[in-house]
Amino acid sequence: MREIDVKLIKEKIENLCIEANLYLPSDITKALDLCYKNEDGALAKDILGDIIENYTLAESHKIPVCQDTGLACVFLEIGQDVHFVGGDLTDAVNDGVRAGYEKGYLRKSVVCDPVLRGNTGDNTPAMLYTEIVKGDKVKITVAPKGFGSENMSQIKMLKPSDGIDGIKNFVLKVIEEAGPNPCPPMVVGVGIGGTFDKCALLAKKALLRPIDTENQIPFYADLEKELLEKINKTGIGPQGFGGKTTAIGVNIETMPTHIAGMPCAVNISCHVTRHKFEVI
Amino acid sequence: MKRINAPLDRETALSLKAGDRVLLSGYIYTSRDAGHKRMCEALQNGEELPIDLNDSVIYYVGPTPAKQGEVIGSAGPTTSGRMDAYAPTLMEKGLRGMIGKGERSLEVVKAMQKYGCVYFGAIGGAGALLSQCVKENTPIAYEDLGAEALCRLYVEDMPLTVVIDASGNNLYKTGRENYLNK
Ligand code: SF4
Repeated sequence: MREIDVKLIKEKIENLCIEANLYLPSDITKALDLCYKNEDGALAKDILGDIIENYTLAESHKIPVCQDTGLACVFLEIGQDVHFVGGDLTDAVNDGVRAGYEKGYLRKSVVCDPVLRGNTGDNTPAMLYTEIVKGDKVKITVAPKGFGSENMSQIKMLKPSDGIDGIKNFVLKVIEEAGPNPCPPMVVGVGIGGTFDKCALLAKKALLRPIDTENQIPFYADLEKELLEKINKTGIGPQGFGGKTTAIGVNIETMPTHIAGMPCAVNISCHVTRHKFEVI
Repeated sequence: MKRINAPLDRETALSLKAGDRVLLSGYIYTSRDAGHKRMCEALQNGEELPIDLNDSVIYYVGPTPAKQGEVIGSAGPTTSGRMDAYAPTLMEKGLRGMIGKGERSLEVVKAMQKYGCVYFGAIGGAGALLSQCVKENTPIAYEDLGAEALCRLYVEDMPLTVVIDASGNNLYKTGRENYLNK
């Protein structure tokens, strides 16, 4: 049994919130740089150039890459041999988010009730996802999620007979309907299988995987490539102004499901796809 | 790139075409969901607005807090569609330009044609870059709304793209068609 003081969790989350909002992950910046080279339309190239200048400026001037510093999605993979001491784990997570969003001059974008609204003023509560894994370590991931793109996400309970074409058509329909709204170029997270809720979670987790990696199952790695190509043929382009670069990555995650179902969820993200992790 | 000024006169507005890249300088206002709701409610109740809408440009933005010594935090556009319900009322009162991102409704486009208003796209997600164009930031009203307060900004050379012009041409449609027909 390893004891971990929740104070450490709070401190780590505070830092991760700030860093995730200032520094884009290198898989995203590399993909943007590459698309800039490959794009041939003048306007599309201009826009990508500005997007690259933006993340460069954010880094050098320590300004959040995007003003929607998001809901703080916090993923904890907790080794089963860990025992938390020193207080309540959920409180520690929220304390970390509160401190990070204050100290980092990040925007407070959380309302306390979905219908009655009312800003909580400190960007809490975090969207907390916990998982128990082997070992005595804790992996903390903070992924601030903006809602311009989150609002464009969809889930569909496909029938097994819809097959692979059903999945492709659904993903492309979601992209079409999203159009310019999620600040393209987008990153697309796809979940297939599980239950209604697990499927949506898979799609969200797909967005945590670097876009320069592929699904370990060759069938889905191929599907990732094919979907990316098809999405980039829609012509939506950077900001929806037309061009080759509508998405910079498609990540698919799958899991077993029921004999009668084939759920498919598409979680849309943008060129400001942020995540930062640390293992303690 | 064409340079234009805010407040934006009708003649300049009508001369802009979907797809034009422009650099905007001058005084503009910030407002989003809650601020729009308040302005429209005030108009409904026959009350005075805190700003003069004539030839005005409104930027749909909710910036991050400014650090000490800085004018504004990260300040990119928010999705404009959420302001669609309110925009025609404001155009009727003289609103000449809107800055945001994403599609607009048919009603908004019709009102733009009727009143001579232009819809500009600022790059969504380029909040750091856009913050550099903001030289002054003065809260005017609705300060209780926090990031949604109504502020007056002085901007210099703010890079924008005309997405929908006052004749109803829409870059979201034509840009894509041009690309597909290549
Ligand atoms: S969709 Fe992404 S880039 Fe666009 S405003 Fe939201 S967080 Fe920023």
